[in-house]
Amino acid sequence: MILVLDIARTHISARLRQTVVAVLGVAIGVGFSIMMAALMQGSQDDFVRTLINAMPHVSINDERREPPRQPAETMFDAAQIRGLTPSTRRRGINNPIATIAALESWVPGSVTPSVQARGILRYAGKDVTSVIVGIDPQREPRVSQLVNQMRQGSLPALFRATNAIILGDRLAEKLGARIGSNISMSAGTGKVMTGQVVGIFRSGVRAVDEGTSYVLIKTAQVLAEQTGLINEIRIRLNDPMGAKAVADRIATDTGLKTVSWQEANEDLMSAFVIRNIIMYTVVDAILLVASFGTYNIISTITFEKSRDIAIMKSLGLTQSTVRRIFLVEGLAIGLAGAFAGSVLGFVLTQVMLSIEIRTGFTDATHLPLVVAPLHYAVAGGVALISSVIAGFLPARKAARVHPVEIIRGAT
Amino acid sequence: MTALSGDVGAGSREQGASSQGDRPIIEMRKATRILPGTVPVTLVADIDLVIGRKEFVAITGPSGSGKSSLLYLLGLLDVPTTGEVLVEGRDTSHFDDDERAAVRLATLGFIFQFHFLLPEFTTTQNVMLPMRALGRLPLRQMKERAEGLLAALGLQDHLAKRPDQLSGGQRQRVAVARALANDPPVILADEPTGSLDSKSSEQVFGILRDLVDRDGRTVVAVTHAMELADRMDRRVHLVDGRIVSDERQLQPAQSRPG
Repeated sequence: MILVLDIARTHISARLRQTVVAVLGVAIGVGFSIMMAALMQGSQDDFVRTLINAMPHVSINDERREPPRQPAETMFDAAQIRGLTPSTRRRGINNPIATIAALESWVPGSVTPSVQARGILRYAGKDVTSVIVGIDPQREPRVSQLVNQMRQGSLPALFRATNAIILGDRLAEKLGARIGSNISMSAGTGKVMTGQVVGIFRSGVRAVDEGTSYVLIKTAQVLAEQTGLINEIRIRLNDPMGAKAVADRIATDTGLKTVSWQEANEDLMSAFVIRNIIMYTVVDAILLVASFGTYNIISTITFEKSRDIAIMKSLGLTQSTVRRIFLVEGLAIGLAGAFAGSVLGFVLTQVMLSIEIRTGFTDATHLPLVVAPLHYAVAGGVALISSVIAGFLPARKAARVHPVEIIRGAT
Repeated sequence: MTALSGDVGAGSREQGASSQGDRPIIEMRKATRILPGTVPVTLVADIDLVIGRKEFVAITGPSGSGKSSLLYLLGLLDVPTTGEVLVEGRDTSHFDDDERAAVRLATLGFIFQFHFLLPEFTTTQNVMLPMRALGRLPLRQMKERAEGLLAALGLQDHLAKRPDQLSGGQRQRVAVARALANDPPVILADEPTGSLDSKSSEQVFGILRDLVDRDGRTVVAVTHAMELADRMDRRVHLVDGRIVSDERQLQPAQSRPG
């Protein structure tokens, strides 16, 4: 093996400039792949984090995925009832206090009840549809980031005024309402109430910011004209990634419709999968192009050294030894490229991290990047594999050199 | 010139010779080599040739008569289209590339018209190459043996030089040392003096003569130079790929002038 390494070393050092170019090609490929992966993963994580903060990890509501089985269907096998119309008045979650107590006993996280009502908010002649959520300001911080998302006012302010309401910042903008504005809330039931704006929040998720408002549970119950109504239980888990399993278990236990944050954003999640496929395809393509440099240099060496290969084979070196020489050369270029590329990738990531983004509307922020060993392993691994393959093709050709043909040609 | 032989871990040549008795070292039976193509070319045809131990054989003939082709077949660098080549009694017809390479490594040493040394390696490293490929000695012993061989061929002052720092005759002597690296019983030489001036030719020829007379090796050399062929023990003459004469010279012309 030392012989193979020695010969490989002489070949590479004899073509130093070309070798350096090949190594640089691999290094740049690896470096930019790492930076790109860090950026893509970082932006995805940042987005998911915003999403997780903006909504409950699991929400349970009083709907059912399947309509309850009708007595006639139970009695008679032949009976089948289609097109069931749900009652106009939703009854809410049965015995919510007991349900919450049962959930709190095993769910790893916090549980809080709320009331969801749809309504129209009216102010200064403008009507905007909104989801009006009845919350308990004391329990709310346990399940959502609302308390941190308050831009003006605070959650406890809901207690301070009659029918107090907190609006999303875009919603407030649409209405033209400010803190202290008295706005009219009309629910689907026809109930109309006037409430005072006591706070404005910004979650970062546009759909939430322009269509959600918060009131006290009691206010929401009055709007829905159902005393004691709880139609949603929201859960915040210690591990948001476990939301799906928890949601499935609750659905099985209670029969209620439970939605995990992943399910609620299924389209976004599948977009991430596609985005990752695109990212890794681009990364692989970059590295594949880089491996052409390796192929080029090793092909050149095998062409230039065909006479030496013939001589070595005539002396008695086996095909596999000759093949190993050029594979080692490919591997050496790949290794050097992967190492230099990892350093370059790290430096690029740090440079990107140091860039401060300032706009007139938001606080100064940095690009979201994730430094993950996996990115280094994938980029380095793909670079190594493609370099070895790039070396293998000319190596195989070199190993098959027929010494007599070369020696005859040389004499 | 004892320094030209030695233990390379492959068993002593003398021992091997005595156990093999008078069995030919290379034997060719009805060997024909045809180059395929739209117009097939016959390089050599119907060659029957027996090469014994300690023989000094010249292969002569006009250009294109198949001298080198015959040497490549004898050295297992090429494979006959039909017929057999036996080395130390073993039929090599069914050997694959690696098996033939193993025989070349341990049994046959090659010297070409052009030295064919690896340009990036020093003379010592070039001589060590076949030993390293065989891998039967520790690296240190390989180096000692390579230096010993080079010194025996008068190259003790050129151990660390690269081929481009040597004269033509010196390079060819390095090539001889490399051919002797694994102490093979047979040396095959293709026009070994073809690219040398008369003084260097005499030097190299003298070395080959010594390999036979003092070391007891077999040397088969292709040559154009009739005055050198006349000084070898046996002359095989080829015309159009066929052996037209195979003569043993009972008293070859003086091996060294003067």
